[in-house]
Amino acid sequence: MSSLLPHGLLLAGALLVPFFKGKLRAAYMLAIPVASFFLLIQHDSGSHLQVEIFGQTLTFLRVDKLSLVFGYVFHIATFLGVLYSLHVKDTIQHVAALAYAGTAIGAVFAGDLITFFLMWEGMAVTSVVLVLARRQRTSIRSAMHYLLLQIVSGLLLLFGIILHYQATGSFAFDVMTPESGSIFSLGFDQAGTWCIFLALGIKCGWPLVHNWITDGYPAATPTGAIFLSALTTKCAVYALARGFPGTEELIWIGTTMAVFPIFYAVIENDLRRVLCYSMINQIGFMVVGVGIGSELALNGTCAHAFCDVIFKGLLFMSMGAVLFRTGRINGSDLGGLHKTMPWTATFCCIGAASISAFPLFSAFVSKSLIMIAAAEAGYQVVWLLLLFAAAGVFHHAGIKIPFFAFFGHDSGLRPKEAPRNMLAAMGLAAGACIAIGSFPMLLYQHLPYAVPEHAMPYTTAHVIQQLQLLIGSALAFVSLMLLRIYPPELHSVNLDGDWFYRKATRGFVRFVEGPLMSTFGLLSRTAHETIPRAMQHFIRNPAAAMRLAYDRFQLGWAGAFRSMDAIDRAQVRLKQDQGRYEEAKVGRVWPIGTIVLYSAIAFVIFLLVYLF
Amino acid sequence: MSHPHSPMPTEPVFNPEDPENRVPIKEPGDEPTWFQRRPNILKIIIGLYVAAGLVVLLDAVYTKHVHFPVEYIFGFYVFYGFVGCVILVLVAKLLRLGVMRPEDYWDE
Repeated sequence: MSSLLPHGLLLAGALLVPFFKGKLRAAYMLAIPVASFFLLIQHDSGSHLQVEIFGQTLTFLRVDKLSLVFGYVFHIATFLGVLYSLHVKDTIQHVAALAYAGTAIGAVFAGDLITFFLMWEGMAVTSVVLVLARRQRTSIRSAMHYLLLQIVSGLLLLFGIILHYQATGSFAFDVMTPESGSIFSLGFDQAGTWCIFLALGIKCGWPLVHNWITDGYPAATPTGAIFLSALTTKCAVYALARGFPGTEELIWIGTTMAVFPIFYAVIENDLRRVLCYSMINQIGFMVVGVGIGSELALNGTCAHAFCDVIFKGLLFMSMGAVLFRTGRINGSDLGGLHKTMPWTATFCCIGAASISAFPLFSAFVSKSLIMIAAAEAGYQVVWLLLLFAAAGVFHHAGIKIPFFAFFGHDSGLRPKEAPRNMLAAMGLAAGACIAIGSFPMLLYQHLPYAVPEHAMPYTTAHVIQQLQLLIGSALAFVSLMLLRIYPPELHSVNLDGDWFYRKATRGFVRFVEGPLMSTFGLLSRTAHETIPRAMQHFIRNPAAAMRLAYDRFQLGWAGAFRSMDAIDRAQVRLKQDQGRYEEAKVGRVWPIGTIVLYSAIAFVIFLLVYLF
Repeated sequence: MSHPHSPMPTEPVFNPEDPENRVPIKEPGDEPTWFQRRPNILKIIIGLYVAAGLVVLLDAVYTKHVHFPVEYIFGFYVFYGFVGCVILVLVAKLLRLGVMRPEDYWDE
């Protein structure tokens, strides 16, 4: 039993989905993540599963406390995602989703960089199906945008692994943080580490390379977005926590990620895209935790990733249900849905309370670990910015999502309540949010390190301060609404970091089509037509050809500087020489021996030049 | 539907015009819920302002163990949350001036 891979079961199980139909398929698909989970808990912390291939030891399974906590939550997300998508008839989505979960879990348990790379690429290929499967006109474009950045990340990772191997002679996937704690202290000989760092950053959604999330996920199917939101980015967070804990730059990257997306979230109309921005914001907190790198901070990163997978999944599920029932997802088209979708609205509110870190809800017990770690490490500016981001979360995700979808202006839509399987998945996720938030030890006992007494969340001060922050945030929303300052939801797109590479690539295409192609055309005509023709002309009768060239020059000279007589004479001479040229037989054929002789001479000259 | 040779259907799977997919809409006699009645909305708003006043006062009843001196300010968290979010919205409105484009901007 213990030699079976949990993710191997998911990957193999995914391929067999098409052979089942109806209720049997539902039971089968639900059983896969459960069976995989039971396989996983057979392994104790510290167990390894290694295979020798081509003289390299590949570690398919490395179980320790860091990988376990991500492994657990990915199983939970997979089970909830499968349950949520049971009504879907499109087989390829089920196969892709299960295989995607398998590769993500495989990446988390990969003990060496080769296995990690294979799983990393597997995630890209399987997950893009979930975007394409929406089968809309814009799906292909969004899917290509999504895939492009996934592949860039994969190639960078591969490149980085090769360079890293050359520098260290090892494929081990362990801590790569530079001794000084700054990635900029790495020399040129450690370029591999840089590449790996950036590859992880792309999938983590770092600023300027984050738009594959905000473009790809809202284009995915209602059910596919659940898997997408849970796996790829959190897998990248895991990889950063594994490879780069305590890298100082991550603190600032993470703070940027936590702050800038909330501005976009406020003005975004597509509610699933709002969730994407809010996801980047949450990942920002986790990245800060990795950057601080203390035991408490890494605990915070793991705990927050765990909670985020569940509450962000829950929010995506509730919005997916709205999209599924109404075909609409823009805040400007929705509103008042609580009338006919009360359960979905309730679960959405629980997700919103969880992401906003209300006491008794999950983020309350996870975000605080990162905040305390940042404060203890003395980063006051970071701490203030994170506090601002935490208030902003409640504003754009906690209030905006439920308000514009389920309350607010009545759209007049009266859709049916979400299907039962969706409600069950949302109910379980909501239950998990409250359970973790109310009994934090459920989560804390699985974290990599022990949580110290002073960081426990339920202190009078923490509860009061958090309530104060949230009420202040809510007050701002209500006041701005009453004063009609709050920006209305509008049909629009907002330019973002992708503007740079979208404009740049478009400019590049124009440059290629215009100046570049005409230059190459000219060069190509010169090389393939003009020069060969001139050579052919010359070879045919070299002496007469030279004479003709001389005659043409003389004619030009005469035309420019001499008398009419001289011009006439030059013309006559040209005509005569042309006749002589035409009379000549078509190029003399050289015997092969001569060519060999010339070649041998040229070769000897080359050798002499080369050797001396 | 889709072109026979295209790898993907070009129409959305969810077609709101399709009678099977039509979303039911409000019919006459549709009563507003508790959340939709004006007096209740007013109750929620007033309740929130009262709650805000109460949580500010809570600052007087516990001892603060602060990491940074700013936390000593009375009602710091309420103030910070409120001002932060007002700035958030105002800056976002300004951001709209710079980045908002028609919905088909990337379509061509």
